[in-house]
Amino acid sequence: MAFDEYDSETRIFSAVGTRPVRPDGVDKVTGRALFGADMSAPGMLTGAILRSPHAHARIKSIDTSKAEALPGVKAVVTRADFNAEADNADVLDNCMAGEKVLYDGHALAALAAINPRVAQKALRLIEVDYEVLPHVTDVDAAMAPDAPVLRAEGGNESVPEGLSKNVMSMCEFGHGDLDKGFAEADLVIEKSFKTAAAHQGYIEPHACLASLGADGRGELWVCTQGHFVVRNICADLLGMDSTQLRVVASEIGGGFGGKTTVFLEPVALALSRKASRPVKMVMSRSEVFRATGPTSSTSMDIKIGMTKDGRMTAGLAVNRFQGGAYPGAPVDMGAMCSFACYNLENVKSVGYDVICNRPKQAAYRAPGSPMAAFAVESVVDMLCQELGLDPVEVRIKNASREGTKASYGPRWPRIGLEETLEAAKAHAHYKAPLGPNQGRGVSCGFWFNHGGETSVSLALSQDGTVALSVGTPDIGGSRASMCLMAAEELGIPYDKVRTTVVDTASLGYNDVSHGSRVTYASGLATIKAARDAKQKLCARAAKIWGIDPDAVTWEDGMAKPSGHNAGDHDPLPFSKLCATMGRTGGPISGHFEATPEGAGVSFATHLVDAEVDPETGATKVVRYTVIQDAGKAIHPAYVEGQFQGGAVQGIGWALNEEYIYGEDGRLQNAGFLDYRIPVASDLPMIDTEIVEVPNPGHPYGVRGVGETSIVPPLAAIANAVSRAAGVRMTELPMSPPRILAALDAQDG
Amino acid sequence: MQIHVATKVNGDETEFLCDPEETLLDVLRDRLGLTGAKEGCGTGDCGACSITVDGRLICACLMLGAEAQGREIATIEGMAAGEALHPLQQKFLDHAALQCGICTPGILVAAKNLLEKNPDPTETEVRYWLAGNLCRCTGYDKIVRAVMDAAAEMRGA
Amino acid sequence: MRYEAPNTLDRAVDLLAAEGGVTRILAGGTDVLVQLRSGMIEPDLILDIKRIDGIYDIVQEAGGYRVGAAVPGAMLGEHEGVSAMWPGVVEALELVGSTQVQGRATLAGNLCNASPAADSVPAMIAAAATVRLHGPDGTRDVPVEEIGVAPGKTSLKKGEIVGSVFLPPRSDRAGDAYLRFIPRTEMDIAVVGAAVSLSLDGDTVADARVSLGAVAPTALLVEDAAKALIGTTADEAACTALAAAASAACNPIDDKRGTVDFRVKVAGVLATRAAKIAMARAKGDA
Repeated sequence: MAFDEYDSETRIFSAVGTRPVRPDGVDKVTGRALFGADMSAPGMLTGAILRSPHAHARIKSIDTSKAEALPGVKAVVTRADFNAEADNADVLDNCMAGEKVLYDGHALAALAAINPRVAQKALRLIEVDYEVLPHVTDVDAAMAPDAPVLRAEGGNESVPEGLSKNVMSMCEFGHGDLDKGFAEADLVIEKSFKTAAAHQGYIEPHACLASLGADGRGELWVCTQGHFVVRNICADLLGMDSTQLRVVASEIGGGFGGKTTVFLEPVALALSRKASRPVKMVMSRSEVFRATGPTSSTSMDIKIGMTKDGRMTAGLAVNRFQGGAYPGAPVDMGAMCSFACYNLENVKSVGYDVICNRPKQAAYRAPGSPMAAFAVESVVDMLCQELGLDPVEVRIKNASREGTKASYGPRWPRIGLEETLEAAKAHAHYKAPLGPNQGRGVSCGFWFNHGGETSVSLALSQDGTVALSVGTPDIGGSRASMCLMAAEELGIPYDKVRTTVVDTASLGYNDVSHGSRVTYASGLATIKAARDAKQKLCARAAKIWGIDPDAVTWEDGMAKPSGHNAGDHDPLPFSKLCATMGRTGGPISGHFEATPEGAGVSFATHLVDAEVDPETGATKVVRYTVIQDAGKAIHPAYVEGQFQGGAVQGIGWALNEEYIYGEDGRLQNAGFLDYRIPVASDLPMIDTEIVEVPNPGHPYGVRGVGETSIVPPLAAIANAVSRAAGVRMTELPMSPPRILAALDAQDG
Repeated sequence: MQIHVATKVNGDETEFLCDPEETLLDVLRDRLGLTGAKEGCGTGDCGACSITVDGRLICACLMLGAEAQGREIATIEGMAAGEALHPLQQKFLDHAALQCGICTPGILVAAKNLLEKNPDPTETEVRYWLAGNLCRCTGYDKIVRAVMDAAAEMRGA
Repeated sequence: MRYEAPNTLDRAVDLLAAEGGVTRILAGGTDVLVQLRSGMIEPDLILDIKRIDGIYDIVQEAGGYRVGAAVPGAMLGEHEGVSAMWPGVVEALELVGSTQVQGRATLAGNLCNASPAADSVPAMIAAAATVRLHGPDGTRDVPVEEIGVAPGKTSLKKGEIVGSVFLPPRSDRAGDAYLRFIPRTEMDIAVVGAAVSLSLDGDTVADARVSLGAVAPTALLVEDAAKALIGTTADEAACTALAAAASAACNPIDDKRGTVDFRVKVAGVLATRAAKIAMARAKGDA
C-alpha cells in the first residue's frame, strides 16, 4: 500500500487546482470575521505605550508617579517589570527599552487605564530625563569609523579590522576566480545602488488582548503570523512556563513578515499581570511605522563581466544592510540571493550587517532578496543595453538550472527559472510595441522557501466530515488550500473539510507562517495526516472484512480489497467507515508532526512597461506581467493573488515607498499619507502566468509562492524606467524628484 | 460630559452616550459592537472604516460620534439581507478578491455606494472611486474585476 | 472638550466669541479630526457648523454662485451649474483626499486649515472668489487670497467664521483649470498646485489670473504669470513666459514631499498645462 508516494508528475487531481470559495469568505465579506482589535473582554482596560522622541538617548530616570496617581490608571510598567534573564534579550529591549532608547518610537514605559482617553492623558504625565546622544540612521554613515556607536561591544569576530563597531557581522559566499572571470569579459560594469527602508504596510495595526492572572496562567488573543512563537517569546520575557500561556491567533489583517515577532504582546501581558484585569492594546498607524519592523535600507556595489555574446563571466556583490538598532539584517540572505538566478563560474557575494538608530527590522516578504536582485538585475540590464543584447535571451543563456552550482553553495535540484524565462519570451507582452516615453523592464527573482516545524491533526467525525487543525495562521487563504489537499487525499468533497487555525494548547508546535511555507509545510502535513487517517480507515475495513490490513487499499474515497487474494468485499466508503468507527475501534484522527526539509525554491520572471513624464519625472506602470513557478498551484486564484500582491508591493517599493528620517533622527512620514503605498488608480491589471515545475519535496509538487513575487519588481521597474527615461536609476525609490533630477543632470 | 446621541444604524433606531472626542468609528466598534468597520489609520488615508451617512460615503474615523445625531448610518453589517449576500459580496468570494480581508468591509461599502450612483462604471472609474481604500494583499486586480462583474450582474438583474 | 452644534450663524458667532479657550470649527472635519487624534490640537470647544440653516445651500447670486460652508466636494461636483461655470474650482476640491473625504471636505475648511498645499485654494484665488465672514461685528466679504497668512494661520479675527464662498460670474468665453503634482494618482498632498483662470476676446486672452500652491508659505497669486498670458493666444512663446514667471514666483522648501528644484520646475510645467486646459474650456473645446 503506497501511502507515501510522490506522484505529482502523473497524478490526475480532482480537488487540487480548482477555485472554490474560501471557507472564511462569508465571514470576511460580512464584517463578522474577528481580527486583532475586534475582541473585547469583561473588565477590559486599554493599554498605551510611551515612546521615545529621540533617536538615541540614555534614560537617566523615569518618573511614573503622576501617571499612576491619575484616576482611572490601573497599572504602569517599565523594563523592571520584565524578566531580567530573558533569552530573547534583544527582543525584550526592543519591546521595552532598558538603559538607552535606540530609535524614535522606542517604547520605554506603558500603562493600562479604564479607557483610551485616560490612557493618553496619563502618558503625558510620565516624566523622563534623557541624555540625548549622537545618532546615525544611514547605513553608509553608520559604517564610517567615526559614526556614533550604538553598542560599545561591537560586532563579532567575522568583522574585518577598521570598520565601525556598528558592523555586527560579515558574511561571504561564492566560488571560482573573480580576476580570471573579469579578464574573460568583453565588458565589465561596476555600479553602486541604494534602496530605502520599506514597511510591510499591512492594513491592520498590531493588536492584542491579554489576560494574565495572579496564578500565572494567561490567555492571549493576538493578530500574528505565529502564535506558538508569540507564546514562547512572551513566556520568556515574562518569566513564565510557556504552556501556562494559551495563545489564540485572531484573523490577521496582513503580515508579510512583519507579524512574525512580538511588540505589544509582552507589554499587554505585563500590564494585565499587574492590574489583574484583561488589557487590550492596539497600535496607532503612526506607532506601526515608528516602532514595528520595516525592512533594511541598503547600499550595494555590483560588478559583473559579460562576453559580447552575453555569457556572464564573473560577478561580485558587496551588500551593506542596516537592520535597525539590533543585529539581524537579512544581509546573509540578500548575499545568497544576489546571483542565485545565474550559473556563474566565478562569483562572490559579501554582506555586512549594520546597526543604526532605526527600529529593529523584521522580515518583509523574501527578506533581503528584492534589494539584492534590484542591484544585480540592474547591472545585467546595463550590460544587455551596452552590448545590444536581448535581456531575456541573455538571462536564458546564463540561467541556473538543474545540476548547476548555486552561488551560495548547493547544486540545484529541479528548478523552474528557465521555464519562466521561456514563457516570458513567448508572452504577448514581450512582443507588444511600446509607446512614446515608455520602456520595458525585465527581471528575474529567486527565493529559497522554507519548511519549518509543523504539526497537524485531522479528526474524522461520525457524519463523514473532517476537522483539520493547523497551527499556521492563515495570512492569504491557506485554509482553502488545506481543505483542498485534505479533500483530494481523502477523496471527499471540499466542503466536507473544515480547517481551523487552533490555539497553542490544542496542537503541537508550529513555526510562524513565513518563508512561503504554509501551503508547502502545513499542506504536506495535511496530506500526511490524511494518509495516516486513511491507513487507520483501511485497518478498520480489514477488521470488518476479517482480512489483513495490508490487503486493503484506498481508492476514490473508499477502502477496497487489494487484489483477488483479499477476497470479494464491497468497498467501504469514507462516510460509512466514519459512521461505524465507534464500534470498530474508536475515534480516528490522522496526525503529522515533523520538520519537512524539501521546500522547493521558486523563481520568477517579471515584465513591466513603464512610462515616464519627462517634464515631471512621474512614472506610470502601463503593463505588468508576472510569470512564476508555483510547482503545483493548489488554489490557482490565490496563487495569482500572491503573484499580483507581491508585484504591487514591489511597485510601491520601487517608485514611492520610503522611510524618511530628518536631521534630528525622527521619522517624518509615519502615516499612510506620506508613506505612499500604491492605490487602485496607480495600477493596471496585473497579468499572471503560473508555471508548474513540480517540487520533488512535496507529495503534490507544491513550491511556496508568497515571497518570490516581490523579488523581481524593483529591478524590473528600474530597468523599465531607466530605458524609458534614458538615464540609469540606481537609487530607490525612483520618486519623481529623483527621476527629474537625474534627467536634468543628464541634460546639464 | 458625555453626549447623548439618537441615530439610525442599518435601519435600527439606536441611542448611545459618547465622549465628545470619540469618533463615530470608536462608537460603532466600542459602544455598539459593530466591529466590521476597521481602523487602519485613523486619519482617513486607508478607507477601512468606510461607512455611509445619509447615503454619503465617508470614513467613520473622520466623523465624531456626536455628529451622528439624527443621521442614517449604514455599515458592512447591514449589507447582506439576512442569509442572502449582496451581489458584490458574492462576487468578491467568486473572484478571490480578498486575501487577509481587513480592507474588505470598507471596500464593499465603498463599491456599493459607487454602483448606486454609477451602475456601469469603467475600470478607471472603479479604480479612482476606490483609491481611498488601501489593500496591501491583492494588488487590486481581483477587486476591480469583482466590482465590474457585480456591476454587470446587477445591471442585468 | 465641549461639542456644540448651533442652528444659526449668529449663535455660532456668540459661542465662538464667548469661548476663552482653544476653539476649532468643524465643517467637514477631515483635518480637525486628524489633528485631534494625533494630539496636535486639544481644543476646549469644537463648533460643528453643519446644523446651521442654509449651510449646505448652493445658490445663484448676481450671476455667480454662493456655496455654503458645509458643502462637501461630492455635493459641489454634483451641482451642474457650478461645475459648468467653474470646473477648475470643482476639480480642485474634488482632488482633495479620497471619495470618502469628498463626502465631507469643504471649500471653507480647505481654506481655513491654511495649508499652503490646499488644492482648492489656488483654484479659488484664480477664480477671484471671495468668502463671507460672520463675526461679532457683523459680516464682511474678503478675497480668498487674503485669508491664509502663514501655514496654519488665517486672517480671521476672534469670533469670525466663514459662512459661504462666493464664486463670481464669468463670461461664456472663459475657462479655468487646476492641476497638481502628486507622486501617486490619488491620496497625496500636492507637491505643486497650479490654477489658471482666463477669459477670451476672440482667441486672445483678455484677462487671466494664475495661482500656485505648495510653493510658498501661502498660495500665491502670480501677476507676472497672468501678464505672460494676457494679450496672447497662449501660444508656445506665451507658455514659455508663463512657465518662467510661475517658476520665478516660487519660494518653496525641501521636504518629504519634494525638493526646491522639483517644485520650481514643475510649477512652470503645471501652470502651462493648466493654461492650455483653461484655454480649451474657454473656447468650448473641452
